[in-house]
Amino acid sequence: MKALVLAESAEGKIKKTSLEAIAYAHALGGTVTAIALGTVSKDELAGLGKFGAEKVLHASDPRLDHPVIGAYASVLEQAFAQENCDCLVLATSSIGVPAAAKVAVKTGAGFVCNVVDLPDTSSGFKLRKSIYTGKAFSTVDLSSPKKVIAIRKNAVTLKETGGVAAVQDFKPALKETDFNTNILSTEKATGEVLLPEANIVVSGGRGMKGPEHWGILEELARSLHAATGCSKPVSDMGWRPHHEHVGQTGVKVAPQLYIAIGISGAIQHLAGVNSSKCIVVINKDAEAPFFKAADYGIVGDAFDVVPKLTAAIKAAK
Amino acid sequence: MKILVCISHVPDTTSRINFIDNNTKFDTSGVQYIIGPYDDYALARAVELKESSGASVTVINVGLAETEPTLRKALAIGADDAIRINADPSDSYFVAAQIAEHAKGYDLILMGRESIDYNSGVVHAMVGEMLGIPSVSPVMKLDIEGDKVKMAREIEGGKEYVEAKLPIVAGCQEPIAEWKIPNMRGIMSARTKPLKVAEPKATEKAVTHIRYDLPPPKGAVKMISADNVEQLVQLLKTEAKVL
Repeated sequence: MKALVLAESAEGKIKKTSLEAIAYAHALGGTVTAIALGTVSKDELAGLGKFGAEKVLHASDPRLDHPVIGAYASVLEQAFAQENCDCLVLATSSIGVPAAAKVAVKTGAGFVCNVVDLPDTSSGFKLRKSIYTGKAFSTVDLSSPKKVIAIRKNAVTLKETGGVAAVQDFKPALKETDFNTNILSTEKATGEVLLPEANIVVSGGRGMKGPEHWGILEELARSLHAATGCSKPVSDMGWRPHHEHVGQTGVKVAPQLYIAIGISGAIQHLAGVNSSKCIVVINKDAEAPFFKAADYGIVGDAFDVVPKLTAAIKAAK
Repeated sequence: MKILVCISHVPDTTSRINFIDNNTKFDTSGVQYIIGPYDDYALARAVELKESSGASVTVINVGLAETEPTLRKALAIGADDAIRINADPSDSYFVAAQIAEHAKGYDLILMGRESIDYNSGVVHAMVGEMLGIPSVSPVMKLDIEGDKVKMAREIEGGKEYVEAKLPIVAGCQEPIAEWKIPNMRGIMSARTKPLKVAEPKATEKAVTHIRYDLPPPKGAVKMISADNVEQLVQLLKTEAKVL
């Protein structure tokens, strides 16, 4: 199998989720070529060899610094054809998935999203994917000769194995129609830990009583190098921005540790967090349904427990 | 302006998910079906555009006969007519091909960012590709200005403002519009609005669902005293090994 992997970058660094996609492609057993778009340093790209990429194509056209879906799809399709690949692997993301969906249509490849495991190739090509927003899994057979696989975070364990990848310039032919959406401006939280990528997430619910009380939660997040999240009512009331909403109709997270503070645990919220490795629930209501989905629980007032927890974490470092 | 809204027919967000027939079939017993929550936002925005600028709104669903009440609900909310493609929507490519077949001639094709059953979130991009028009998702704000569409799209950790020329496909999410609840007049008039049933276009399916399974049940929660948070930190380090 010859795999092409989309290596997405943010502020010049290849995203951890893309490193996982490279490791996943490497585990498929064939050759792995990664492709990076926009401005990234050659050293950063050569480092992808550690995760199993033999070669890295670099489409450094500065127009690709902006995630234009049509252009990304066009670059991926051209790299896929040039390298004679039969499999495109990528991490689930806001640019990767739609771009890859277009590649699937262009090349006639079958597409499976939210894949959580390596394929079972004992008969056919069977992939396990998350469905019903994490409430269940489906095992599907992907029968097309060409395949597109979008993996979920933690589908594979990241370990450094290989060496240095050969970096090659890649100059795709980009047409004006590839840029048929025009990005006017971007509002982005910089310097913070991004929620979909975070290893630890600290989330607050209505039990926080108001946006002015988020300071203690942010301090806990800082002590853990964690991202902050919230429940749907909190983002609906405008206490926190919408991109922090964790749940069935918000961001689905799969961190190592999820700490829920003052969140009762409605089934829609649980759907967004049930892929977390470990869940800690802090709530003053001992009957909160979230405790049933938790690994560790503390019944107590957030305004008392959270600062104590932050202090304990700092002390244990 | 002609708007097409693609509707999924999915279990209510509070549904408990179970499978039957040796884990090969979804257990529909006791499950309430709804318009996909994201599609519901798309429909609400389409009805707003109809009210503000006189657009026409058609809803389309790929599904078997049991999805008709869901389409009637969309008509009650304000769509003018409905199309049901008589097929089981189990593969994104198949669904996109059916929608693309009926989407020609529409200026704006709206749908949810993803369906909440299979969650792939690719149908909008595939329909856009099949029709050779731009697709944008997930869209949180959408306004028409002449022949242009101005949108805000959610990205990891922020927002991106995007502009494209009609026709386009958009995958929608909150807060693009407020969900609309059908009123009595809407429900009455929905009964007589046209609902056309079309047979699917022959399309190869690359993806076949073989079996389903549920996540393993969670072990019992370990409760820790609020006066002993140090113990929690210790357990997270040594037992859960996540710190």
